[in-house]
Amino acid sequence: MTSNLLVYLIALPLFGSALLLLAGRKSDKWGHILATLLSAASFGVGLYEFSQMLSRANDQRAVSQKLFSWISVGSFQVDAGLVLDQLSICFVLLITGVGTLIHIYSIAYMSHDRDRRRFFAYLNLFIAAMLLLVLGDSYLNLYVGWEGVGLASYLLIGFWNQKPTYATAAKKAFVANRVGDLGLSLAIMISFATLGTVSFAGVKAHAGQASTGALTAIGIMLLVAATGKSAQFPLQAWLGDAMAGPTPVSALIHAATMVTAGVYLIVRSNFIFDAAPTAQLLVAIIGAITLLFGAVIGMAKDDIKKALAASTMSQIGYMVLGAGLGPVGYAFAIMHLLTHGFFKAGMFLGAGSVMHGMDDEVNMRRYGGLRKFMPITFATFGLGYLAIIGVPPFAGFYSKDKIIEVAFNMGGVKGVTLGTAALLGAAITAFYMTRVVVMTFAGNKRWDEKAHPHESPALMWIPMVLLALGSVASGFLFTHGNSLVNWLSPVVAPNPEHQSEMLKPAVVSIMALVVVLIGVAIAMMKYLRAEVPVEAPENVSVFTKIARRDLLQDDFNEAVFMRPGLKLTEALVVTDNAVIDGAVRGVARLTKGTGSVLRYTQTGFVRSYAMWILLGAIGLIAAIWVVTL
Amino acid sequence: MNSANYLYVAALLFTIGSIGVVVRRNAIVVFMCIELMLNAANLAFVTFARINGNLDGQVMAFFTMVVAACEVVVGLAIIVTIYRSRRSASVDDASLLKR
Amino acid sequence: MINLALVVGKTAAPEATMFWILAPLAIIAALGMLLAKKAVHSAILMAWVMITLAIFYIAQGALFLGIVQVVVYTGAVMMLFLFILMLVGVDSADSLKETITGLRPIAILAFVGFGGLIVSLIGRATLGHDAVGLDAANANGNVPALAELLFSKYVWAFEVVSALLITAALGAMVLAHNHRVTAKPTQRDLSILRFRTGSLASAAGLPNPGVYALHNAVDVPALLPDGSAAPTSISAMLEARGDVIDSSPFQLGQAEEVEGEDK
Repeated sequence: MTSNLLVYLIALPLFGSALLLLAGRKSDKWGHILATLLSAASFGVGLYEFSQMLSRANDQRAVSQKLFSWISVGSFQVDAGLVLDQLSICFVLLITGVGTLIHIYSIAYMSHDRDRRRFFAYLNLFIAAMLLLVLGDSYLNLYVGWEGVGLASYLLIGFWNQKPTYATAAKKAFVANRVGDLGLSLAIMISFATLGTVSFAGVKAHAGQASTGALTAIGIMLLVAATGKSAQFPLQAWLGDAMAGPTPVSALIHAATMVTAGVYLIVRSNFIFDAAPTAQLLVAIIGAITLLFGAVIGMAKDDIKKALAASTMSQIGYMVLGAGLGPVGYAFAIMHLLTHGFFKAGMFLGAGSVMHGMDDEVNMRRYGGLRKFMPITFATFGLGYLAIIGVPPFAGFYSKDKIIEVAFNMGGVKGVTLGTAALLGAAITAFYMTRVVVMTFAGNKRWDEKAHPHESPALMWIPMVLLALGSVASGFLFTHGNSLVNWLSPVVAPNPEHQSEMLKPAVVSIMALVVVLIGVAIAMMKYLRAEVPVEAPENVSVFTKIARRDLLQDDFNEAVFMRPGLKLTEALVVTDNAVIDGAVRGVARLTKGTGSVLRYTQTGFVRSYAMWILLGAIGLIAAIWVVTL
Repeated sequence: MNSANYLYVAALLFTIGSIGVVVRRNAIVVFMCIELMLNAANLAFVTFARINGNLDGQVMAFFTMVVAACEVVVGLAIIVTIYRSRRSASVDDASLLKR
Repeated sequence: MINLALVVGKTAAPEATMFWILAPLAIIAALGMLLAKKAVHSAILMAWVMITLAIFYIAQGALFLGIVQVVVYTGAVMMLFLFILMLVGVDSADSLKETITGLRPIAILAFVGFGGLIVSLIGRATLGHDAVGLDAANANGNVPALAELLFSKYVWAFEVVSALLITAALGAMVLAHNHRVTAKPTQRDLSILRFRTGSLASAAGLPNPGVYALHNAVDVPALLPDGSAAPTSISAMLEARGDVIDSSPFQLGQAEEVEGEDK
């Protein structure tokens, strides 16, 4: 089935971005309004498509639109086409919906910034690129969107590029993403080489004929790409520094949408991972490692945005773990992705609201007892907090517990290991999220007299309220009657196997609740009962020190990649100067030297010249003499 | 006797002439040595004419003689001119192209 | 000698004798030309080599060429050389000291090397047939045979060479032309110059030899009005050689005694 409206999903925000960038300062007065309206229009088109989709039968829900024939080189044929099926409509609604709410939030948040118009242009650019990413019908079209969101992320992280650290953070994000992009390029190349096609439909059709080795290679390359974009281990070092961008950016890109592109890629390539069990297991392991990694870092961060960033890293680890658990796990990964989009974006907006009220202070040690001054922020943030730690009946309870359950039910050693890791992660998540909430909103005030915390304007708290509603209700909505699982089943699990139930769902839920309560209790004791020191204490255990240094991720990258790279560059520069330039200069010196030696033959005397001629003639005769020998 | 003996004589005369060009300093003596070289070549031509049995070698020698005469005329005129302006007939004095 | 030319190859002995006497002499003369200190000696020795070569030509059947060698080379070209030598300076002698360092040893080496190379090359060369001799070619005489070749096969070269000769003559005239940069001094200018410089006694011009004397030989000095011998009327060379004859007996006062002889 074709639809002519799909291109408008992308074209509307793209047009907005281009117009705002080209119009320049002239559009400062109305640029942000136009951008928000275009984003809302895109959401409208998405809603319309969704309603149309609902009215159709299960197997006819996908619509496609071919824009033009893009690449036609020999046997490599790629069309610029868009496809909207049950998986991508989830993302489309999430991107445009949450995106529009964040556009509205940014009108107020960035109202004092003279570059607000440029900010909205970049936001629209991001929306367009992300939509292209999820709507593309081939890996190559996805790649265009992939690069586009990388570009938008770079532009937005380094938005306040007057500060060198922010610009460096943007570069760091871009470079780490680039490493992942290499993985995607290689996956496309291998796919073309072994399967002859790069479109999703084509690969799905031919996946059965390729060797397991080729499919495993493609799967691993796709995993590399996903780790880059979604800040998973080992390419996770950029996410913390990406908090240099304005808070709406962190909410939209680094919580709800861009960092979930990796999960989208894995779920979209389910036919590859299902045929390559090794790659799938690797996906699950990476997810498990990252969820613990991010959780440990989150425990030691005093910067509210960095703590939330670590939390994002950990939650995406859950999604990747879910995606690595096979056909039964894909739907739950997507479910957690959607619910996470609500509560994490809501918490980031809440953090932005707190920062706005506290004059851009980010250190939680200088907060304390803010719930009296920012009630709406406290309420929405609190609802998001309850969702993330998995308290029923909020969203996270349904999605996270399902992942833990599927992990355990995999059976065997890996099932127990992964399940335990997920459970432990849940405990730590409860601990550090409670720490964030308590340090910020509860306890005694630790801020000095200059700050005057106040509630944010309406344009800021209305989106927060809407997202909090999502945090509350979305979990129940997605699970009621297996709605999301059935919705996605034509795309991800054509024939779901019935999983052996090692643990009943109720058992898993009780275990999860228990560990969550333990985590909450420990955090309460440490941060609510005891006084929170305003300055971070120095005599802490070595684990805390390592966690404060982001589990030495930057040190590792520097030692293993950066310094050898620098040494290599220096060696190359020295070689270039000494060897290559030296060779060129040496040729010049040689010529000059030869010339100054040969100069001495110019004596000016005719007779010596005559002698040279004679010697030359003798040489010739000698040559003839030798030849006639 | 062997006609080649004339060729040896011609070779020796040629060598002497070429060394003379290099060794002597007086311009006119250098010129005379050049003439000696030309004459040696003429001798060789005439000898070969005799060896081959046709007169082509003699015709060549004839032309060589004519050209040598022209060359002597012009060369000596040049030497006289140089002598008039520089008052010296030594080839070593014309060394302005020294480095 | 004509006999010699016609019977070449048949009777080797006379030619061989002539060769073995004249060839070493020619080579010695050439070496002498190379090593002579005075330029005039070199010129004379050069003439000797030319004559020898002319004899060789005639011995080999190139009769016309031999005569031309004598007339043109020895006669015209060597005389030209001697004229220029006179012009440039007969007594200009090359000093034996070599100014360019290292030239003499290299020259000796080159002499040996060059000579050895060419001689050995000639020695190893073979022509494929024995000497044919010019009997058949000179059947009608050397000059007609040469003329036949010159005007049929080589007529083009002949014409070009004659053009070359004309050009050479013109060239020599152009080169020797003395381009005056100042005006030629007229007789009036020369006379003014004579009175300005030099003593008054020589302003009116020096007397020729024999003036005021009854003898006009070159070696008899002229008499000045006061009866003494004019020192500048005799060539310095004669004076240096001591060939001056006392001119006092030829004074006009004593002229009556010899009047009858000369008048």
